[in-house]
Amino acid sequence: MEKRKSSQDGPFNVWSGFLFGVGLVAFIDEAVFHQLLHWHHFYDKSTPSIGLVSDGIFHAFSWFATVAALFMLADLRKRNVWDRGRWIGALILGTGVFQLYDGIIQHKLLRLHQIRYGVDIIPYDIVWNVSAGFMIIIGLIILGRKRSTQSK
Amino acid sequence: MHNHEAGSGIYSFLDLLSYALPMVFTVGYIVMVYRTNKRYKKWPGTRIVFWVIGVLSVTFAIAGPIAEQAHSSFTAHMMAHLLLGMLGPLFIVLSAPMKLLLRSVPIVSGRLISKGLKSSYLQWITHPILASVLNFGGLWILYTTDLYSMMHSSYLLYVLVHIHVFFAGYVFTLSMIYIEVTPHRTSFRLRAVVLILAMASHGILSKWIYANPPAGVDSTDAQRGGMLMYYGGDAIDVIIVIILCYQYFGGRNRLSAKKNYSVMEV
Repeated sequence: MEKRKSSQDGPFNVWSGFLFGVGLVAFIDEAVFHQLLHWHHFYDKSTPSIGLVSDGIFHAFSWFATVAALFMLADLRKRNVWDRGRWIGALILGTGVFQLYDGIIQHKLLRLHQIRYGVDIIPYDIVWNVSAGFMIIIGLIILGRKRSTQSK
Repeated sequence: MHNHEAGSGIYSFLDLLSYALPMVFTVGYIVMVYRTNKRYKKWPGTRIVFWVIGVLSVTFAIAGPIAEQAHSSFTAHMMAHLLLGMLGPLFIVLSAPMKLLLRSVPIVSGRLISKGLKSSYLQWITHPILASVLNFGGLWILYTTDLYSMMHSSYLLYVLVHIHVFFAGYVFTLSMIYIEVTPHRTSFRLRAVVLILAMASHGILSKWIYANPPAGVDSTDAQRGGMLMYYGGDAIDVIIVIILCYQYFGGRNRLSAKKNYSVMEV
């Protein structure tokens, strides 16, 4: 099978995976927490405008990122240079980074809608942010290991 | 829109126009396709379908049941605006009427049109940043000032706002994806950033409307309208995102087009 390599393939794999991770977690957030569980509110009306702006930009960015990431993936596969391991590592990293941003900056600092209403919020916040932290660590480990095997 | 000073000459004339023009446009487009197909490469049939969908979307926004209800229901108004300012313009851009016009008219008029298209005025107005400001800035003014309620008591204002919404949506779509004649092009990176910000401002405005109903709109209606604007806008925007990315990443292979790869047999 012919490989059409480019000097940009490494970063291209990582960016594609990372952006898809961001898009995926935003999609899960919307589908599961907003639409299925109804834990999150569309807009809880106690959010300051800066929270709405941040939410709006990240929502638009994640929409765009999903589409761009899949086109990048198609290009990588077409040229037969898709590095599945690096891609998945970057995906997990992207998922974790977005979730941590959502959990710390948007939910807490900017006081956008909370994870759930009418309950003690602390355990939810802890699970949310610790799982985000784990995903970042796992993503970085996979990417680091892939890098060291590649440089051998 | 019959409840507006119905019967008085100019308004019933405009009402008639809103039904007659779409028919004229549809027939005119098909006639142009048929006539130019004899001399040039065959015009894609999908573009005819896109044109009909685009014209129908605009028609349903200004005449018929949705437009009638839009006077009393904000949700219906929002549905009409999605059709008029987003879906209609998108399908009209996809059907490339300007390209068709250029191959239908005599060469002399074609030169004049293309000279007009290349003018610095159009270069300004079709720049992604200005096109977005005109489009989304206009929406912010419409829904955050008294313009929305004023529009419903003045027929002239109603017509002007709707014309603006359509053309702003059309120029915005035109500035993002290159299907229509586009002499003034900008980089993918610029369009990507501007599109993300434009989509964000659309989403933010819909949440703002959700919480702050425009004058004369009750809060349940504003909430439903705001959510329709948010999710409907997303659904249409993603089509623009897909086409923009397709034109950049797909189609011709981006990296192979640059010829900076090395072919390796494995």
